[in-house]
Amino acid sequence: MDRTARILLRLATALVLLFIYVPLGLVILYAFNSSGTSAWPPAGFTTQWVEDAILNTGLRQAFLTSIAAALGASSIALVLGTLAAFAVARHHFFGRETISFVVIFPIALPGIVTGMALSTTFATTGLPLGLFAIMVGHATFCIVLVYNNVIARLRRTARSLEEASADLGADTWQTFRHVTFPTIRTALIAGFLLAFALSFDEVIVTLFTAGGLKTLPIWIFESFRLARQVSLVNVAGMVAILLSVIPVLIASRLTSGAGGVTGARG
Amino acid sequence: MTSTTQQPVAGSARRAAAWLDHHARVRLGLLLAGPVGWLVVAYLGSLVVLFVNSLWTRDAFTGLVIRELTPDNFLDMVSNPLYRNVTLRTVGMAIVVTLTCAVIAFPIAYYMARVASPRVRGLLTVAVLMPLWASYLVKAYTWRLILSNDGVLNWLLAPLGLRGPGLGESVVGLWLVFTYLWLPYMILPLYAGLERIPASLLEASSDLGGKGWTTFRRVIFPLVVPALVAGSIFTFSLTLGDYIAPSLITTTQFIGNLIYLNFGVPDLPFAAALSLVPLVIVVLYLLVARRLGAFEAL
Repeated sequence: MDRTARILLRLATALVLLFIYVPLGLVILYAFNSSGTSAWPPAGFTTQWVEDAILNTGLRQAFLTSIAAALGASSIALVLGTLAAFAVARHHFFGRETISFVVIFPIALPGIVTGMALSTTFATTGLPLGLFAIMVGHATFCIVLVYNNVIARLRRTARSLEEASADLGADTWQTFRHVTFPTIRTALIAGFLLAFALSFDEVIVTLFTAGGLKTLPIWIFESFRLARQVSLVNVAGMVAILLSVIPVLIASRLTSGAGGVTGARG
Repeated sequence: MTSTTQQPVAGSARRAAAWLDHHARVRLGLLLAGPVGWLVVAYLGSLVVLFVNSLWTRDAFTGLVIRELTPDNFLDMVSNPLYRNVTLRTVGMAIVVTLTCAVIAFPIAYYMARVASPRVRGLLTVAVLMPLWASYLVKAYTWRLILSNDGVLNWLLAPLGLRGPGLGESVVGLWLVFTYLWLPYMILPLYAGLERIPASLLEASSDLGGKGWTTFRRVIFPLVVPALVAGSIFTFSLTLGDYIAPSLITTTQFIGNLIYLNFGVPDLPFAAALSLVPLVIVVLYLLVARRLGAFEAL
């Protein structure tokens, strides 16, 4: 490739990165903007809004609700995703291919369809919306994240390790505890963190299942219309960005940047 | 937990494990019961409930749902030009956003796959991956700040005597926002697709006299079509079902807005009927994508 083409490609790459990062940087900048409005350029630096955000009961409550929902949903997803991964990786059975498809389905469909489906089901069966409904919804599309990570790890790990363990006299339980579990441990943590990150900032399905309960994204969604809240929304937005990005960075370290992270989300 | 309480637990777990070791079918049944129960019975079941709901109606006076099967909702949808226009507008937006993402993603994906050193490649992958996960709502919301009257964009354009699309009826702003939101979903599969092309093919093309453009058109492009389609599944499907970004950025309505609006009325049966529109379009899209080999490139 000639020099000009290289320079042009480098330039295009830099421009795309700017396009991606400038808006994210703006949220953080606005969180410390003393004017408290959306007017550009910022008037000055202040930590006033961070203090206000910490003292705001509604915002704090929403934050805790989001943490609870994300912990519940990613725990369910951790169990179900791991079970499905073991079934598909270690067994041959009729409909095995279908499992991988069914696991991806909830995330391949537009969120609004999943949201409507769950909401009408809860309404039709008379079950109440709220925290439990949110967890059910989130867990459904988070299963794939755990499943992808665990199955990738199981496929990469040679079965001979487990056979060697059995040959050396270990029973099934010992083999699981000392051989299988240690090899998949980081994949489990990575899957859990990704599920947490996805659940924590999900809003499309959540609005259909929350039934009036406010998660952090719902609080942000409802508050941005109120002019007085703009500064608080920016602080909440900064928190939402950090709490979705940090788990993903840790997860991608644990899986050394393997494909599982990109795979699927929406 | 102390060792005295741990022993019996480990003991019974050991006995259970040994027993299961000899009963592979039972083991498989236990592994599958949870996930299959959840995804097939609960999730696919709820899609069936959605479909059944779309055939019910809501009594205009009492607001209660009448549980009798009727095609009324669908007849309403077909006869009212509003729904046709909104559907066409939404699909049009999804197509335009997908094409824009593909054009913007190509140079950076190509740079990552074929020019950058392994170290830079790793850094760029994380740099693209991280914003993909950063809070969707906040990413959409920052564009409200950027596009607002006294926001950054108008401040940048003012010296040139221009103005941004604003937050009114124009859908240009939303087109920008969707492109921004889904761009990483296109870059990553495209990068993976470009990286898989053997360098020898490109050398062969240039040895045979293929200039840069010819090599791109005749060799590179046909080979990355599956990756492009894989990326487009995300850009297309995510645009089609979104109602948050449209409600933040423009006053013009998209199919998601209408579903959410009817959900809030609440007219669940009609909202259910409307939500079958993106469902059917995405399923058709997935079928075409599978024929083009996109599932292997995911």
